[in-house]
Amino acid sequence: MTSAVLPDRLAEIRDEFLELPEPERLQLLLEYSQELPPVPAEYEGHPELAERVAECQSPVYIILDVDEDGVVAMHATAPPEAPTTRGFASILVQGITGLTADEVLAIPADFPQSIGLTRAVSPLRIAGMTGMLMRAQRQVRAKTAAA
Amino acid sequence: MTVETDTTTAKFAEYAAPERLVSTEWLEQHFGEPGLVVVESDEDVLLYETGHIPGAVKVDWHTELNDPVVRDYLDGEGFAQLLSRKGIARDDTVVIYGDKSNWWAAYALWVFSLFGHEDVRLLDGGRDKWIAEGRPLTTEAVARPATEYPVVERDDSVLRAYKDDVLAHIGRGPLVDVRSPEEYDGTRTSAPAYPEEGALRAGHIPTAQSVPWARAVAEDGGFKSRAELDAIYRGEAGLQDGDTIVAYCRIGERSSHTWFVLHHLLGFENVRNYDGSWTEWGSAVRVPIVTGAEPGVAPERR
Repeated sequence: MTSAVLPDRLAEIRDEFLELPEPERLQLLLEYSQELPPVPAEYEGHPELAERVAECQSPVYIILDVDEDGVVAMHATAPPEAPTTRGFASILVQGITGLTADEVLAIPADFPQSIGLTRAVSPLRIAGMTGMLMRAQRQVRAKTAAA
Repeated sequence: MTVETDTTTAKFAEYAAPERLVSTEWLEQHFGEPGLVVVESDEDVLLYETGHIPGAVKVDWHTELNDPVVRDYLDGEGFAQLLSRKGIARDDTVVIYGDKSNWWAAYALWVFSLFGHEDVRLLDGGRDKWIAEGRPLTTEAVARPATEYPVVERDDSVLRAYKDDVLAHIGRGPLVDVRSPEEYDGTRTSAPAYPEEGALRAGHIPTAQSVPWARAVAEDGGFKSRAELDAIYRGEAGLQDGDTIVAYCRIGERSSHTWFVLHHLLGFENVRNYDGSWTEWGSAVRVPIVTGAEPGVAPERR
């Protein structure tokens, strides 16, 4: 069991949110939602390759790749009419991509509750991000075990 | 000051309270009129920020209409502060619209009604219809001058049912379960594609009939015609004039939509929304539950 350590990039994202007054945090989440990169061409139009995040109210799919050096890349899709979910996905995609598998597995499960959005978006909505993180870690665990 | 009602839409004239709806066309002609405030209320807390009807203010159900501590709505003081901050006056005409065929908009309208805000209407078809028709959207921030909305105590006695009211209601009047068939029969505790959240048992309240909320929605996202709605609720579900009706879902949002249909469109006078709904009933100790596709019978009273 790895002990929980928050990687630098995710810590930076957390601090970026916490430095803002609450109403402006929503605006920052909106900016993240607009920065969600498109999935790589090989995954385009292949939802069967991705995992549906059932904890989210909108259709969001994630794919985690682990390359031969153990470096993780996360991809996600979520519809434009679900900007909150897109924002959550974008934070994780930007925070996780480039980490090693071990670093991803060490991300504390309560990271979504630590970024100062619980009150601004509601605990129920934050639960969607927790589900996304759990599933991302599970994929990394499965893909590392298979390698 | 109240704004004139939409009398240009033939479909509305058939409803019990045509003044409770406006069409997208009517709204585009009337927005900006004094005495008219447009409110957007969505499931997604950021959707408004991606673009909204010009001049519309946002009211979020989670963060603004719910009490942050107790599972309840705002009190009179809180509602007065909220509406004053949003720039809504007590005699303003409020038109609410939102995503998902006005699911959350209907919820907001119901909460406004608990405080007796008199003239509150829905935009038929909601946000999606407005966008599908290519009508204007803006991301420009809206700042309405603050008002002094009076403190009016919330009246739960007419439009809202508590768990004990529902217990007493079983066997005495119709109950309408507006969740998905899978939630009704007990296969799951939340809507398909929604997270499983907070109910320990699955099934429905004894005697409740299953009429999923979206059956009231037409293809364009607006409400079905009076004749179609009558066929569903009076025909299939057998609701009759004079019935005292309670509607419920999971947390009271989808059933607000059905409450609007039964009360304002079909003219049932005594309709209450049980907002505790399945997240309360499905976790409460020793309340009766039925599983399977049949409504079941009222348990014997002790």
